[in-house]
Amino acid sequence: MFPTPIAKRSRTAQIGYQAFLPVALIVWLLPLIAVALFSIKPDADFTNGNYWGWPSSFEGFTNYGRVFFESNMPRYLLNSLLITIPTMIGAVALSAMAGFALGIYKFRGNLLLFFIFIAGNFVPFQILMVPVRDLTISLGMYDTIMGLVLFHVAFQTGFCTLFMRNFIHALPYSLVEAARVEGVAEWRIFLYVILPLMKPALAALAVLIFTFIWNDYFWAVVLTQGPGAQPVTAGITEFNSQFRAAYHLMSAGSIVAALPPVVMFFLMQKHFIAGLTLGAVK
Amino acid sequence: MATAPIVPDRHPPATRGWYKRNEIALTPWLFLAPAMLFFAVYVIVPIGQSFWISFHEWDGLGEKTWVGMANYDRLLGIGDQNIDRKFEVSFWNNLRWLILYLLAIPLGLFIALFLNQTVTGIRLYKSLFFFPFVISQVVVGLVFSWFYLPREGLLNAILGLVGAGPINVLGDPDLATYGIIAAGLWPQTAYCMILYLTGLNSVDPEQVEAARLDGAKGWRMLWYVILPQLKPATFIAFVVTIIGALRSFDLISVMTNGGPFGSTRVLSFYMFEESLSEFGFRMGYGAAIAVVLFFIMLFFIVYFLWSMYRDERGAR
Repeated sequence: MFPTPIAKRSRTAQIGYQAFLPVALIVWLLPLIAVALFSIKPDADFTNGNYWGWPSSFEGFTNYGRVFFESNMPRYLLNSLLITIPTMIGAVALSAMAGFALGIYKFRGNLLLFFIFIAGNFVPFQILMVPVRDLTISLGMYDTIMGLVLFHVAFQTGFCTLFMRNFIHALPYSLVEAARVEGVAEWRIFLYVILPLMKPALAALAVLIFTFIWNDYFWAVVLTQGPGAQPVTAGITEFNSQFRAAYHLMSAGSIVAALPPVVMFFLMQKHFIAGLTLGAVK
Repeated sequence: MATAPIVPDRHPPATRGWYKRNEIALTPWLFLAPAMLFFAVYVIVPIGQSFWISFHEWDGLGEKTWVGMANYDRLLGIGDQNIDRKFEVSFWNNLRWLILYLLAIPLGLFIALFLNQTVTGIRLYKSLFFFPFVISQVVVGLVFSWFYLPREGLLNAILGLVGAGPINVLGDPDLATYGIIAAGLWPQTAYCMILYLTGLNSVDPEQVEAARLDGAKGWRMLWYVILPQLKPATFIAFVVTIIGALRSFDLISVMTNGGPFGSTRVLSFYMFEESLSEFGFRMGYGAAIAVVLFFIMLFFIVYFLWSMYRDERGAR
């Protein structure tokens, strides 16, 4: 193990390390802690210039209550969910199939197709922006949840296929051969042999896509406007102009907007990290 | 007594379907079809369309007017005109982003080394250090713009403690871009950290012990023994950091909206501004900016693909 385990060091080094950890963490998360502190302060603290002192009263419930009951926040959160979950299902389904095709079969152009998927995943959004917006408008899906979902599914398929293909490629090929000898139809091999083995990959991609899509801002701005279909990342700007300079409310709003992926991360930490490392770093 | 035939007398159905006969050749294409269709319609074709649009003048609604290379001439200052000032600023800012963003890699490695211990509660610490990456860039942007606020911000409260004067990071054209990059480094460092933490897990302990017996320690150990083993993690960290730097848009949009005086624009933001903002819908000019950005990105994409291709060959 590197660096040398702290347990092999002197007693003082151990205590020093243990004591330094929380300090380092607080420094690292300082901007976030500041926002969390803001979000439970009363309005009066800001007018009195008490920005960093102890809150004069605990107003967490009032502030968060106003976020939920006096703004479009619930609507934006719902939109975000309605965009994120179908995208998650669509992209994972498409890429599981594509990954199966690219990982199991040898055919002309296999590697080329695979590389096109990878390359497409890296292109700047801006080169897609004008045509995709046009397409969405001509399909009558501008400012709809469906319009965003279709694009996200298509774009995320690139990344997911990269991941799925590598995962399937690493599975023992003899499984497929054995099934073929038994005369199992190819699509059944996918469904009953490969798919059950892909559970970790499916879980990893699902949480990753959830986070990516929930946090998307660019496409939300390009393809939607207004509370009808906008997700929370785009909605927060409208929210902030409603509560201009009311830092306690804006802070509470930001925390609410940021929370779902955080919860997802803590629930599915192992899968999340497996996904982030693209399965390459075992 | 009738004996059962050794070979069951069941001929395979004479008309074994065309699909059955070609099953192995056809299946991959059937499985690929939906993904390919989506990807072609929303990613591949639009890239070509953007190239096409960049040779036109177009407001996004009416007819396109062919102008040839005029958009590029105006952008890059070819012929008797000056280079587009906004483009120039954006381009240099992109370069700043690229270079400074790479700091996330050593910083991430540093934090990973710091946290790669087994003490009680270390798992929770690792997760909490990773926290900034999970939060949307919009919220990171907001959090940092409040952090930088000249009067209410925590940064100036801290600077005040040590006697340094208040600074208005996002209001100063010379500082604003660096302020935004610092905000971007926060989640990006967390990402690199997690990549290295997973990488450190798989470092071969025998090699480390052997090196230790040979007297290697500290920096030399890190450089000659550990880092070579972390190469896959470094590669991915490099890829995602470069892509992240060139994609920077959310933070700029949220924190300064390109200002003050356009000093924080980058190509991705400038393109958006030209094509879809209140200043008018200059889609053709915007597309030309996007094409330039695409070529910058392509340089890296080709490098990444080439590296992956080499690995793929090596694995066989």
